[in-house]
Amino acid sequence: MGLVEAIIISIIAASTPLLLAAAGELVVERSGVLNLGVEGMMIMGAACGFAGAWLTGSTFVGALFGIAAGMALSFVFAVLTLGLAVNQVAAGLALTILGVGLSGLIGAGFVGEKIVPAPQLYLPVLTGIPLVGRILFGQDGFVYVSIALVAGIWWFLCRTRGGLILRAVGDNHTSAHALGYPVLKIRLFAVLFGGGCAGLAGAFLPLAYTPFFIPGMTAGRGWIALALVVFSSWLPGRLVAGAYLFGAVSILQLHAQAFGLGIPSQLMTALPYLATVIVLVIISRAHGGHGSVAPASLGTVFVPDR
Amino acid sequence: MKRLLMTAAAAALTLAATAFNATAADKLKVGFIYLGPVGDLGWTYMHELGRQMMVKELGDKVETTYLENVNEGPDSERSIVQLARTGHDLIFTTSFGYMDPTLKVAKQFPKVKFEHATGFKRAPNLGTYSGRFYEGRYIQGVIAGKMSKTGTLGYIASFPIPEVISGINATILGAQTVNPNIKLKIIWVNTWFDPGKEADAAKALADQGVDVLMQHTDSPAAMQVAAQRGIYAFGQDSDMIKFGPKTQLTSIINNWGPYYVKQAKAALAGTWKSEDTWDGLKEKMVLMAPYTNMPDDVKALAEKTEAAIIAGELHPFKCPVIGQDGKEVECKGGKNLDAGQILGMNFYVKGIDDKIPGK
Repeated sequence: MGLVEAIIISIIAASTPLLLAAAGELVVERSGVLNLGVEGMMIMGAACGFAGAWLTGSTFVGALFGIAAGMALSFVFAVLTLGLAVNQVAAGLALTILGVGLSGLIGAGFVGEKIVPAPQLYLPVLTGIPLVGRILFGQDGFVYVSIALVAGIWWFLCRTRGGLILRAVGDNHTSAHALGYPVLKIRLFAVLFGGGCAGLAGAFLPLAYTPFFIPGMTAGRGWIALALVVFSSWLPGRLVAGAYLFGAVSILQLHAQAFGLGIPSQLMTALPYLATVIVLVIISRAHGGHGSVAPASLGTVFVPDR
Repeated sequence: MKRLLMTAAAAALTLAATAFNATAADKLKVGFIYLGPVGDLGWTYMHELGRQMMVKELGDKVETTYLENVNEGPDSERSIVQLARTGHDLIFTTSFGYMDPTLKVAKQFPKVKFEHATGFKRAPNLGTYSGRFYEGRYIQGVIAGKMSKTGTLGYIASFPIPEVISGINATILGAQTVNPNIKLKIIWVNTWFDPGKEADAAKALADQGVDVLMQHTDSPAAMQVAAQRGIYAFGQDSDMIKFGPKTQLTSIINNWGPYYVKQAKAALAGTWKSEDTWDGLKEKMVLMAPYTNMPDDVKALAEKTEAAIIAGELHPFKCPVIGQDGKEVECKGGKNLDAGQILGMNFYVKGIDDKIPGK
């Protein structure tokens, strides 16, 4: 395996959890809900995903456990913000704290246990193609799911009536409500979907990335996913670019160090974040300095009055 | 309503404080501030084992509390104050980054005894303690030098602080004794704990031809990558053999328990005083996990090196130590570098083909 090939495989692995979590959050935010609890749902997905895989010996069951855990936590968020109209920012932050704590409790018994990492696709002939074989046909299921997921989200949001309604709810919930769309119900599905994605992203970490569970192993990836949604200006295509850019910079800086290029590592570590800030500024300028291309109702509470 | 709530809260606090005082009279309350989660299997986990040993040995004479996942820097001050306020008599702050906050809080609470791990700032009620981990690193260097076929070792480093830099230097000095041309590739991940990133760094090193991995970060991720790639690795903080039964050569084990027991006993007896403790293999604050997955001659050499360090016949930083610039480093300790030079180390020795970040 050549170095370039190895680097690309590492980049794909580093980008996948970010893409999965961010894709879900993109849908949530497009429906007008800001769920800052991605980190908490991810770590819950990691703990429960590992538990599921360890108990059953199946990566697939583990992934389902992860999705279920993320959804369960996002349901709590939905009850608070949609049902009780609680402030979304506060509820999201609380969700993260809850998730981190609860996952430590659930995962405590599994620390130090080992599982078989997620199997990688193997197709005769195709996987063996030099250079591109392993990259295209030798990944684990999470990678293919993440790509399919974003493609599906793009299709749904931009090409279907359902997607149009969801965007309408996110842009102006009062009008959508007046037109007779069930705003809260649509948002509930969006939030649950986002929770499932975050849970799956979390499950990827102990099931495929580093096959063991340790409390706090998401190490801030949920927050990066949140930043990526803004970075993508809420467009699925840009989200893929952003996630892979982020993954690429974080892997390439490690290789640059190992080559001894002599660039300060602190600067290299900051690069992905710096890139995010720069892109945000560019996007903001491109929209005439008014900045936001965010869904207009993002983060605002909706209480149907009639 | 708000006022009523506040009064109630204040009353509850007073009650809590009284309760604490009642038990504090006969029991020693010991607090710990941890950097990571207690289940990190690394740095924090080993401090937690030390705490558990204290509880086991001293039983109901002590009452312990720990706060985990406490961020370094100014943020930690709140947590330390919280322990000091709630009647803790002896507080261990267990990471380098807690140094200034600990000193600050120690001045505010002169009656509380503080112990800060791996730092160098002391006060009448603030002592410091650390392990001579570089001794273990030197042995690892000797083993790695023998075991590497590519002649290139990989080092996953956390932050460019003296403790980490002295570990890197000790490693290459040890390796040079068996292979003068040994190369060391260093990756700084700028975190103590991020399994994903540690694994990425390990993969990057393996992809670039490294065949022995060592780390100064806290999770077993690198060990697992090494196991997948079929190369060798050293564990960190604790025995990580479980994550690489055919991979781990040895591991430096941070054995804090005996020290925690000793200091708690001193506090109970009223003989505690601020000291600078820096113990190594000899005092068993640093232990080596069994030497595994290596030929008998390498094992014998590792054991010989360990014995020589324990006997005081061998010092990893024995003079002359040649810096990266080819100049001899001033030998302040007579035969070897003195404690200050090792604890404040901010240069690479000859043979490391890299720069310290930010220098």
